[in-house]
Amino acid sequence: MAVISTQGVEKIYNPGKIPVKALKGVSLEIAEGEFTAIVGPSGSGKTTLLNIIGGLDRPTAGYVEVGGVDISGLSDNQLIDFRKDHIGFVFQAYNLIPVLTARENVAFVMLLQHRSAQERNARAESLLAAVGLSDKMDKRPAELSGGQQQRVAVARALASKPSFILADEPTANLDSASTANLLDIMYRLNQEEHITFVFSTHDQRVIDRAKRVVTLVDGKIDRDEVRG
Amino acid sequence: MMLFKLAWRNIWRNRRRTYITAASILFAVLFASFMDSLQRGAWDNMVRNVVNYYFGYMQVHEKGYWAEQSIDKAFILTDSLRHKAGAPPAAGVVPRIESFALAAGEAQTTGVLVAGIEPEAEDEMTGLRERLIDGRYLSAEGKGALLASGVAEKLGLGVGDTLVLITQGFRGVNAAGKYPVTGLASFGSPELNKQMVYLPLQEAQYFFGAQGRVTSVALHLEEADDIAVLKARLFQQLDTSAFEVMDWEEMLPDLVQARELDTAGNVIVYFILYLIIAFGIFGTILMMTKERSYEFGVLIAIGMQRWQLAWSVFIEIVMLGIIGALAGILASLPVVLYFKVNPIRFSGEMAGSLEKFGFEPIFPATFDPRIFAAQASYVFLATVVLAIYPMLKIRKLEPVRAMRG
Repeated sequence: MAVISTQGVEKIYNPGKIPVKALKGVSLEIAEGEFTAIVGPSGSGKTTLLNIIGGLDRPTAGYVEVGGVDISGLSDNQLIDFRKDHIGFVFQAYNLIPVLTARENVAFVMLLQHRSAQERNARAESLLAAVGLSDKMDKRPAELSGGQQQRVAVARALASKPSFILADEPTANLDSASTANLLDIMYRLNQEEHITFVFSTHDQRVIDRAKRVVTLVDGKIDRDEVRG
Repeated sequence: MMLFKLAWRNIWRNRRRTYITAASILFAVLFASFMDSLQRGAWDNMVRNVVNYYFGYMQVHEKGYWAEQSIDKAFILTDSLRHKAGAPPAAGVVPRIESFALAAGEAQTTGVLVAGIEPEAEDEMTGLRERLIDGRYLSAEGKGALLASGVAEKLGLGVGDTLVLITQGFRGVNAAGKYPVTGLASFGSPELNKQMVYLPLQEAQYFFGAQGRVTSVALHLEEADDIAVLKARLFQQLDTSAFEVMDWEEMLPDLVQARELDTAGNVIVYFILYLIIAFGIFGTILMMTKERSYEFGVLIAIGMQRWQLAWSVFIEIVMLGIIGALAGILASLPVVLYFKVNPIRFSGEMAGSLEKFGFEPIFPATFDPRIFAAQASYVFLATVVLAIYPMLKIRKLEPVRAMRG
C-alpha cells in the first residue's frame, strides 16, 4: 500500500515575476516499509519535493496524498497537526531544541500530542536506547557530538509514531563513523520495525544502502531504480 | 508546564543578553521610582510646610464661610463640637476667629487680618512661637497683641507700644480696641508679614463681639494620609447642613494646581525614559526573533502550532520583564529608603529663602511601595506590549522560508 503518492506535482517559485520551475510534474508512489533515497544534482528539486511530501510547502499544481489523505487540501493549522501525527523529520543540521535535554527533545513532540508524562518518558527512553544513547539522555544538544545529535533527531522523528520519516541530507554534517552508525540504526529500524524512510541525499554511502533510488534532474524524475 | 520550562530555559540561553535586558528594565524602574519618590516627597514636604504654616490639613467652618470669609459666619464652638473634631486621627484642634480690621499706630494706619488664637494650640500646629523676633509669645489669658514684622514696620510700632484696632464686628457691632504690642514675629511669606495681627482667642472674641464664637477650627494631623479617614468621620459626625468640612486641597487650589502641573511635566520625562528603555528592550526582542527564526521554523515543521510557539515566546519575554521589574523594585527599596532617611539638603541661597519661610531646606523621598509597584508595572506593561511583535512574526512565519535562513 502506498504511504506517499504524488500525481503531476509542479512547483513554480515567483509565479508572475521571473518564474522558476522547481518541479515539473513529479508522480511518485512510495510504499510502506521502503528505504528510498531521492538523489540528484543541486537544484534538481530534491528538497522541494521532500518539503511538499512533508506538508511544509504546497505544490503549484498536482496532487499529494499521504496515508490516504489529500494534504494539499488541508489548512495551515491542519497541516501542522498532520505533520505532528504522521510525519517524522530529520534535518541536515539536526535542529534539536538547544535548551532541552535529549530526553526532553524526544518527548517534546509527544507533549504536543498530549500524551501522558509517563508515556512520554517511557517512549523517549526506549527510543534513545534504540539509537544507542541510553547514557546521554540528560545531556543537552551542545554536550553531544554531531552524530549523537542526529541520532537524537532520529529518535525525535520516531516519537510521534509517524507513517514515515523524511530525512533531508541527514548525513551531510557527519563524519564517516557517525554516518555509518546512523545508517545502521535507520536501516535496522526499517528492517525490524518496518518504518518507512525517505531521504534526499548527495551522500554515496546513503545511496548505497537505499533499497530504492529516485533520481531527479531539472525537476523531473529521470530514473527510478528499485534494488533487490 | 513544558512551555514554561522551555521559556525559562530560553531566557538563560543567552545569559549576557538576558542580563543586559533585565538590567535596562531594572534601571528604568529604579530611575523612575527614585524620581517619582523624590518628586512626591518634595511635594509632600512642601504641602506639609504650607499647610502647617497656617491652614492645617483640614478646617471646619460654618456652612458658607469659606466663600464669604465673613465674621458673621462665626459659630459657637461647643465642647461637643470640639471633642468630635479633635478625636483621632486629628492630633489637635486649633480654633480661630479671623476678620479684617483697620490697625493704627501713632501716625499710620493699615488693613490687617486679626486672628484670635489659642496660643499653645496654634504654636503646636504652625510653630508660631519660633517666628518670634522680639518680645514674648502670647498667653491665653493676656491682653497683648503679636504683630507681624511688616505690620509693625508700617505702623512704626515696637514691643511695648500700643496698637489700635477698629472694624465692624459680629453682626455689625462696632469693634474697637487698644492692645499693647507684646511681641513681633517674622514670616517668610510677604503676604502674612504685612497683614497678620494675633490676639488671644478670648480677647479677639471680645473685640469682635462674638463671645464663644470662632470662624474656623483648623485640625492638626500628624500624617497627611489620615485626611480621608478624618474627613469621612467628620462628615459622619457633624451636621453638614450647618458646617462645612474642607481639606487643604479645597482651601488651596493653587497649590494643588502647581503640583499637578509639576507632576504632568514629569510624566513627559517618564514617557521619554520609558520610550528609550522600550527601544532597548525592543532591540533585544528583535534580535532574538531574527536569530531564532530558523528554530521557530523547525518547531512549526515538527508539529508545534503557531499559537503554542507564540505563547511560549510571549511567556519568555514576560518572564524577562518580571525578572527586570522585580530586580528594579528590589534595587529601588534601599535607594529610596536612604533618601527618605537622609534627605537631600539644600544649601546656600536656596536654603536661606526656604528657611525664611519657615520651611526646612530638605528634599526628602517618599517611601511608598505603591510607587515602585506602579513604575515596575509601567515598564512591565511596555515589555508585554513589545512581546506582541514576535507573536505577530510567528503568526506569519513560513517554516520552509524560515529554515532556509
